[in-house]
Amino acid sequence: MTSAAGERGAGDARNPEGHHMSKLFTNARLIDPEAGRVMPGALLVEGGRIARLFDTPEPEGLQGAERLNCAGRFLAPGIVDIGVKVSEPGERHKESFRSAGQAAAAGGVTTMVTRPDTIPAIDSPEILEFVTRRANEAAPVRVRPMSALTKGRQGREMVEIGFMLDAGAVAFTDCDAVVEDTRVLGRCLSYARSLGALVIGHPQDPGLSRGAAATSGKFASLKGLPAVSPMAERMGLDRDLALVEMTGARYHADQITTARALPRLERAKAAGLDVSAGVSIHHLTLNEFDIGDYRTFFKVKPPLRAEDDRVAVVEAVASGLIDIISSMHTPQDEESKRLPFEEAASGAVALETLLPAALRLYHSGDMTLPQLFRALSLNPSKRLGLDTGRLAPGAPADLVLFDADAPFVLDRFKLRSKSKNTPFDGARLQGKVIGTWVGGVSVFGG
Amino acid sequence: MTFRARHLLGIEPLHPEEIRSILDLADTYADLNRRGAQAGKVLDGLTQINMFFEASTRTQASFELAGKRLGANVMNMGVQASSIKKGETLIDTALTLNAMRPDLLVVRHPHSGAANLLAEKVTCAVLNAGDGRHEHPTQALLDALTIRREKGRLHRLTVAICGDIAHSRVARSNILLLGKMENRIRLIAPPTLIPAGAADWGVEVHDDMAEGLKDADVVMMLRLQKERMDGAFIPSQREYYHRFGLDAEKLKAAKADAIVMHPGPMNRGVEIDGTLADDINRSVIQEQVEMGVAVRMAAMELLARNLRAAAGQEGTHV
Repeated sequence: MTSAAGERGAGDARNPEGHHMSKLFTNARLIDPEAGRVMPGALLVEGGRIARLFDTPEPEGLQGAERLNCAGRFLAPGIVDIGVKVSEPGERHKESFRSAGQAAAAGGVTTMVTRPDTIPAIDSPEILEFVTRRANEAAPVRVRPMSALTKGRQGREMVEIGFMLDAGAVAFTDCDAVVEDTRVLGRCLSYARSLGALVIGHPQDPGLSRGAAATSGKFASLKGLPAVSPMAERMGLDRDLALVEMTGARYHADQITTARALPRLERAKAAGLDVSAGVSIHHLTLNEFDIGDYRTFFKVKPPLRAEDDRVAVVEAVASGLIDIISSMHTPQDEESKRLPFEEAASGAVALETLLPAALRLYHSGDMTLPQLFRALSLNPSKRLGLDTGRLAPGAPADLVLFDADAPFVLDRFKLRSKSKNTPFDGARLQGKVIGTWVGGVSVFGG
Repeated sequence: MTFRARHLLGIEPLHPEEIRSILDLADTYADLNRRGAQAGKVLDGLTQINMFFEASTRTQASFELAGKRLGANVMNMGVQASSIKKGETLIDTALTLNAMRPDLLVVRHPHSGAANLLAEKVTCAVLNAGDGRHEHPTQALLDALTIRREKGRLHRLTVAICGDIAHSRVARSNILLLGKMENRIRLIAPPTLIPAGAADWGVEVHDDMAEGLKDADVVMMLRLQKERMDGAFIPSQREYYHRFGLDAEKLKAAKADAIVMHPGPMNRGVEIDGTLADDINRSVIQEQVEMGVAVRMAAMELLARNLRAAAGQEGTHV
């Protein structure tokens, strides 16, 4: 199980010297999400791992180490992004492991935790092996695959959870296909528990959300869009949490995006259930009004919410109630977006915009940098049992160096993803990745 | 302030003055049509394509007649029958038609926002003839013209809109237009047919006809789609008619001179009593149809004018 994609997948396999060379990042501002602080100092990498932290910007000695002057910029543990859709197998024209990996590296994402909602779904050890092989060949960053929970994501038969774990699956999810049959989900959770597997749910009442393209309310009604009540998320979460209580399984809600669901999550955590929750960067930085005149790049799942919900969810990430921020990177080609809003495909690419978009929350004063990286790097690593996501001696040297202030206007055609469906096209963003390292090896900039 | 936009996609972006200028021109056309006089051939040499992705006899006929009266070459495309079935997308169909250099594209489509999408991709003027449950601007304009002619004004009236508001583009456009002209608007329907957030639109919401119709100047009835029974929106046609169908008895709550409107086609005995619909003292349903042609003539003339102005600025000739 430990020989999964990520361990071999990183650039170190292709650049074995990387392991033996030591690198000293000097004059950095180190973001330590575990300690919750930003510290001016330096960081030494040896053998692909973090060897030492210094509280002086230019430590003496260490003549053998290659010195990298960070010029006062921020150095943080690389982002661990749960829920990246790489469209292999099935739709390689939308995104491949190579293009997604390059986008990830450029965005400071050092581990992509990939989604199984491909064509076909990743629901057998054979398909998982194919994915792992492709990932190792093509992606410059670590790839940790997730498996479907049920065969074909049909919500009827359980996948071979044991074999999938052996083949390297880090979590089990049917993504946005909600397992409607509670008995099936209950059994999946129960079986997963016996193996300690993490199940990721998409809390959404399937009846209420059927056919919806927007969140119900004044905006959707005026635009005449079929809409779902924000209550559908709470109902979905309530059901899942009841089953978690029944089975004792490890559960993660992929996206909590409404204020109404938060007290339920809080109560479940207080009751000691093994639950966690995530939210996509889009739900933290955009609201339903951004859809404007039917702009399909803003069609995501669940749909963008009211501003009140966005604010509540930002606060929940800051307080730690919501554990994880992810990109929910979902490539779609131009054709599937160039349709009337109802018919257009859902999803947005976000690997490269995740960090600059997240920094909007830092610049607005809603979150500190350690809080952001707790949700971007530390918590996802912890939840998946990975040793990344920390700035601590012994941890893999998966690092991102960035300038938090550098302003730019995003041009979607400059994205490295094959698909260009970003809602941030033409947006003014602040924060640029300067370099990304995986296992101490540079995979971008530097 | 005259109407200067390139397209007529909805009521939402219109200024009250623009609405007035369209209605004023339509008024003259209504009189002209009524006298049986010839209208000026202001669309002479222009091509109008009616692209209906959803069947509609009356709206399509109304647009066709309006175009022909003004001298346009009118072509009807029954799109549901042809290319869509062969897998062509909305955009492809529109680009194909655009290549034929039409001047006016009249579009009806089952999805909200379809007309907006088309307007981004074509070079001609786009006229929204109804997109999903979003807008149906010419219907709201013809309703407004009917009201203005009947009531002598288009402000400070109490207008009750009754029926399947949730699925109605007619209701949305009317609410926007009547709101912009400073009228008091009441929505009357069972809660299952009221869109979420309607209370924030600056309207009153009622689920009781007697309350909602009280002292109304105008009563607008909406068509109830037969499919609504399947989705558990209402229990049955007869209960709906009993509670929300308009008849002479329920109409008593409204003002004595209140007019009754319906965008058609009517379901007699479902949302409206047949006798009442035909009562020439109360019902203005036929006049609405008449005003439809006049309003569409006015809208197309103004769009053609704007088209020529734009082309003139670019130094070319339409």
